[in-house]
Amino acid sequence: MADTNPYVALARAQWRSVFSYRTSFVVDLVSNILSSALDVLTVLVLFRATRTVGGFTLPEGLLVVSLSSLSFALADFVVGNVDHLKTYVRNGTLDAVLVRPLRALPQLLLMDLPIRKALRLLVGLGALIVALNLNDIPWDTSRVVLVVTAPAAGAVLFGAIFVISASTAFWWIDSGEVGSAFTYGGRDFTSYPVPVYSGWFRALFAYALGFGFVAYQPAVTLLGRADPLGLPAWAGFLSPLLALLMTGVAALVWRAGIKHYRSTGS
Amino acid sequence: MDLPDARVPLLSRVQPLREWVTTFGALSWSGFRRYMSYRQATIAGSFTNIVFGFLRCYVLLAVAAGAAGQQAAGYDARQLVSYVWVGQGLFAVILLWGWTELAERIRTGEVTADLLRPVHPVTSYLAADLGRALHALIFRFLPPLAAGALFFDLYVPQRWFTVPLFAVSIVLATVASFLLRFLVNASAYWLHDARGPMTFWTLSSGVLVGLYFPLRFLPDWLTVVLYVATPFPGLMQTPADVLVERDPVPLQWGLVGLQLIWVFLLLGLARLVQHRAQRRLVAQGG
Repeated sequence: MADTNPYVALARAQWRSVFSYRTSFVVDLVSNILSSALDVLTVLVLFRATRTVGGFTLPEGLLVVSLSSLSFALADFVVGNVDHLKTYVRNGTLDAVLVRPLRALPQLLLMDLPIRKALRLLVGLGALIVALNLNDIPWDTSRVVLVVTAPAAGAVLFGAIFVISASTAFWWIDSGEVGSAFTYGGRDFTSYPVPVYSGWFRALFAYALGFGFVAYQPAVTLLGRADPLGLPAWAGFLSPLLALLMTGVAALVWRAGIKHYRSTGS
Repeated sequence: MDLPDARVPLLSRVQPLREWVTTFGALSWSGFRRYMSYRQATIAGSFTNIVFGFLRCYVLLAVAAGAAGQQAAGYDARQLVSYVWVGQGLFAVILLWGWTELAERIRTGEVTADLLRPVHPVTSYLAADLGRALHALIFRFLPPLAAGALFFDLYVPQRWFTVPLFAVSIVLATVASFLLRFLVNASAYWLHDARGPMTFWTLSSGVLVGLYFPLRFLPDWLTVVLYVATPFPGLMQTPADVLVERDPVPLQWGLVGLQLIWVFLLLGLARLVQHRAQRRLVAQGG
């Protein structure tokens, strides 16, 4: 087994460690499913009090939240672990990562394989399938492409936000929860149609940070209805471009952070 | 020949209550000072609370705008705005998530040092937690409320007794939250590692205290069950409802009374659990 890819070896070690604490794994698994279901449930509860939220009906709202939920679950599954960076920086554990002849980011991601988060993907996917069935969607080729690319691109965008948020720990060790304002905050923002928000807050989250293009614009385009905020139908297809752009920014921030890192020493 | 008088002269009479208050106050003050030193974390936490305040506020306003008569589950737009921002502040005061100190001390065996002290563990941890809550009331409750007042229209209480009643309600909510966290942490006496109960606590408490949406949005029968059969609404929903005067006067007072009953029940339970735990505790290591 000497030729084994070191990343595969790391992943396999994590896999084994996860399954050696079975009860703990089951608890994590159940709670992850429940927390994903809770996001969708919240939307259902809010729609009990009203017929439309921001001009959107329940099935339309469900499409938005399911696209958001699936994108976020995918990103959280792959790169959500980078959230632990602040602990590694504080404890100086990051040194051990940096001295190995492997790249830092993949190692960090594999340091804790979140198999428990995998089932969240199923919840998101299930919600999306239900939402697609409830809505009367005028299917054509471009819409089929969109329904596949939108969650993937959304996941990449969320992933980039995860990396950028975590990188703040390189400069500000006590940044604590600031990152979650944009990661989990981004998920909450994308769970509802953008017309719900207003003013500079909408401009910042929807357009400057690009969260409006994760779930809302693709949903509007899929439904074939006009965006009340005036963006054209092709705005639904912008998320891959935006995701690429954000990934570039994330890569730059991450590299600058690694260069800036000075061990806490001991 | 008289024996020498062995009595120790006392400067003042023994005053158990006074001593208890002094000890409790000193422990609280230490809890307050401890959090004074986490300045960056305080700023970071407030920032995050404010961002989530904006998110929840806009969503609930949209719900109210779409509802019949601009009222959602009995709240008008201003009441919902206040509900959100007061909730974001209260969330830090009651410290729903992230307190694992006792569970850690049980796991490492350090808890034996707590048991040697002449103060009951429930009392000493409660005192420190109230000190922390006072710090949070000043540095974590006010910033989101100020942000809410700056960018939205807050509800101004109409009844003269609402604000004092709200103050009482916050204290009861903090004590109840502490006692529940104490119980979750104390499960480590039996399980050794409280991660499982902690995970379920984090997951269920957020929705059950009314952080994600006001519990009144749920079907009536479910709301009643949650209020009567669980202490959760008393942690956040009740103080917020008291301040925005969601209910007529008798119910407003009644909900605070319900909080009080739950605090007594939880206090008894926490002391019972601690008593049982001490009998079976085996400190690890040497």
